[in-house]
Amino acid sequence: MVDPTNKTPDNKVSPPERQYPDPKAKLKKDPPTTGHSWDGIEEYDNPMPRWWLWTFYLTIIWAVIYMILYPAWPMVTRATSGILGYSTRGEVAAEIARFDQQNQVWFDRLVETDLDDIRADGELQSFAVNAGAAVFRAQCSQCHGTGGAGVQASGFPNLLDDEWIWGGTMEDIHETVRYGIRNEDHVDARWSAMPAFGQDGILEEDEIDQVVHYVLRLSGQQADATLASAGEEIYLANCASCHGDSGEGDSFVGAPALNSAIWLYGGTYEDIRYSVVNSRFGIMPGFAGRLRDAEIRAVASYVHQLGGGQ
Amino acid sequence: MWDYVKLIVLAAVAVAAAIIASYARDLAHLVHMIIIMLTAGGLFLWQIRRVGERVVHNQSEYMDGVIRYGVIATAFWGVVGFLVGVVIAFQLAWPELNLEFAQGYTNFGRLRPLHTSAVIFAFGGNALIASAFYVVQRTSAARLWGGNLAWFVFWGYQLFIVMAATGYVLGSTQGQEYAEPEWLTDLWLTIVWVAFLAIYLGTLIKRREPHIYVANWFYLSFIVTVAMLHLVNNLQIPVSIFGSMSVPVFSGVQSAMVQWWYGHNAVGFFLTAGFLGMMYYFIPKQAERPVYSYKLSIIHFWALIFLYIWAGPHHLHYTALPDWAQTLGMTFSIMLWMPSWGGMINGLMTLSGAWDKLRTDPVIRMMVVAVGFYGMATFEGPMMSIRAVNSLSHYTDWTIGHVHSGALGWNGMITFGMLYYLVPRLWKRERLYSLSLVSWHFWLATIGIVLYAASMWVTGIMEGLMWRQVDAQGFLVNSFADTVAAKFPMYVVRGLGGVMFLVGALIMCYNLWKTVTSVGEKKPAAAAVPAE
Repeated sequence: MVDPTNKTPDNKVSPPERQYPDPKAKLKKDPPTTGHSWDGIEEYDNPMPRWWLWTFYLTIIWAVIYMILYPAWPMVTRATSGILGYSTRGEVAAEIARFDQQNQVWFDRLVETDLDDIRADGELQSFAVNAGAAVFRAQCSQCHGTGGAGVQASGFPNLLDDEWIWGGTMEDIHETVRYGIRNEDHVDARWSAMPAFGQDGILEEDEIDQVVHYVLRLSGQQADATLASAGEEIYLANCASCHGDSGEGDSFVGAPALNSAIWLYGGTYEDIRYSVVNSRFGIMPGFAGRLRDAEIRAVASYVHQLGGGQ
Repeated sequence: MWDYVKLIVLAAVAVAAAIIASYARDLAHLVHMIIIMLTAGGLFLWQIRRVGERVVHNQSEYMDGVIRYGVIATAFWGVVGFLVGVVIAFQLAWPELNLEFAQGYTNFGRLRPLHTSAVIFAFGGNALIASAFYVVQRTSAARLWGGNLAWFVFWGYQLFIVMAATGYVLGSTQGQEYAEPEWLTDLWLTIVWVAFLAIYLGTLIKRREPHIYVANWFYLSFIVTVAMLHLVNNLQIPVSIFGSMSVPVFSGVQSAMVQWWYGHNAVGFFLTAGFLGMMYYFIPKQAERPVYSYKLSIIHFWALIFLYIWAGPHHLHYTALPDWAQTLGMTFSIMLWMPSWGGMINGLMTLSGAWDKLRTDPVIRMMVVAVGFYGMATFEGPMMSIRAVNSLSHYTDWTIGHVHSGALGWNGMITFGMLYYLVPRLWKRERLYSLSLVSWHFWLATIGIVLYAASMWVTGIMEGLMWRQVDAQGFLVNSFADTVAAKFPMYVVRGLGGVMFLVGALIMCYNLWKTVTSVGEKKPAAAAVPAE
């Protein structure tokens, strides 16, 4: 930027003055002004640019035509509906209807086929997985992640592994999706409740310590040998009825396995202790009534083939 | 006598605020009452020391003190607003910046209205009030009407800003975009705005020029329409004077329609008409050229204000709003294209015969780029209002990009130009401290805006396409989280654009500060005096 107050130092060769056309030269025939001046500002009496005016007229003509073709003006009881009979709802409904019609044959086949036989029908399975993936992205990915990996140690189960709290067969997954988990809106929902052993005073502080160490040992982690041995008895008396004698879990009652490295709420001493003291469980909505039957079956097929289906 | 009335009112307000504060039902209301109590109490003390003092308003001089304050407030709130904008831009790129320990105060949801209100109402509003006061005096050749009322408007408006800002952070909101403040703040703004209107009309009425200059038509339409919009969209019934909560009068789709009638015309009259008033004064002054066409100005003015008020429903395409209202919103938006461009043509063509100034004067360059962005945004707007385009662009970042090419490019740049024009004149300095710093500001801001707008166009169109993408069987291809993840790089670029814009504004503040403190005083011969 040339700062006019900055002069070229005397010892430097000053650049030649560039000649620009005199801006005033072409103003010889200035248009007339309106004759007023406000704080030195005048206004030319130029006409409106022709192209501007004509484009303005064209947009008005276009708007009028559009208003004739489409619903536009409110009348006494209803608005003008336009020559084309268009409606935004109609547009969306037509698009949905088009796909529904196209997919109806597949939806029918999905509902008619036995859950365990879907896999065997290559064509149907391919449709089910594709449709189920779309349902999953819209309905399930918020908790289980877009890839189905859940959120580690946060109560959002990973669907890619073969560890299933409520069972991993097609029937099991289908039932879970259909009715949900601890879903108060449906009587058939999956339901389980672990006692809050600490909060409810079922176990003493030192007993909790012992049983947590026993669970650590069950899952193959580092544990205090004496505490863990002392905890075995407590475990068998209080936990084994659901989680199994060797911590294998029981998907019939929704008790997670404790003898693996997979943890819904984290597997550190603190995590396990918190679960024993307070008990914790998540909820999942049921999709019966929200999705059509075929979509529920499709999403079950999709989840089943993610990797861990039994 | 008048002094004693003021003292009684101030004392009553302070006591009432103290009482309400002690019964306040929510934190925001408590803080607002304490602010009011301290303000009224402070004014009471200030006033009691001045009882009987006579303020002389010399009618042969322009009232410039309040405009100097307005200029400072504009620059200050501008930097605050840009800074909060940069913070929330990076919060979207890196959610960890929604600091865990400050949840409920500095998370995106709280800071976003703080940003929008700070730039639109604090930065833009102060720029409009200050420039309106400057322009109406010069083009009417009259001192502001109403004596100290102009000071009331200035300080009253700052109080409104502080109450709105504290309310947002403390979670007091009506949940209506750009109209978030609750009833108490709304009522206060109404009082201030009516005073603003009175000053403006009063000055116009006592003008000594035979005709009203075009800039004043735009300023006046802005003041009147904003008053109307503010009143209708804030029709709320307070639950109690002890709490900030209120119940809206409109519900459902009526509420949505009123909200976007308000929202779009806030853009139309606050950010377009008001700033066109600014443009119509400062561009001819800086270019030292007559306005291009009087005819164009009168036609585009009336067309603009008539058509704009209909365009709101284009914010509600494909919603519960009846189709006929959507159609009207869309068609009036299309018809609005040329009336909007009328302002651009008049701004740009005013430079004909003075285009060489772009080479030497970075201030006029700033104003010209502002008008350029104005033209671009007012083309993009009608285009986005077309139902088919809107079905792609709506709810995407394209809208954010559109708003910012208008707000940063048009409102920001024309305001910077105005500040560079005003500061040497208001503080009677010979010139700006440094034109090369103006150039730096110009390029930083321009490149910043380009980065911002371009990255938002890309993410906007990308996410619009991703949302609607279905496979051959009609099933969605992408989950929402996929579209969020895909936007990350553009979010970083957008943040960088914001940083450049902010740095430019800081350079401007330094330059203006040095202009006032380090540049020699202008010879008194050219001191501003109303025309006789």
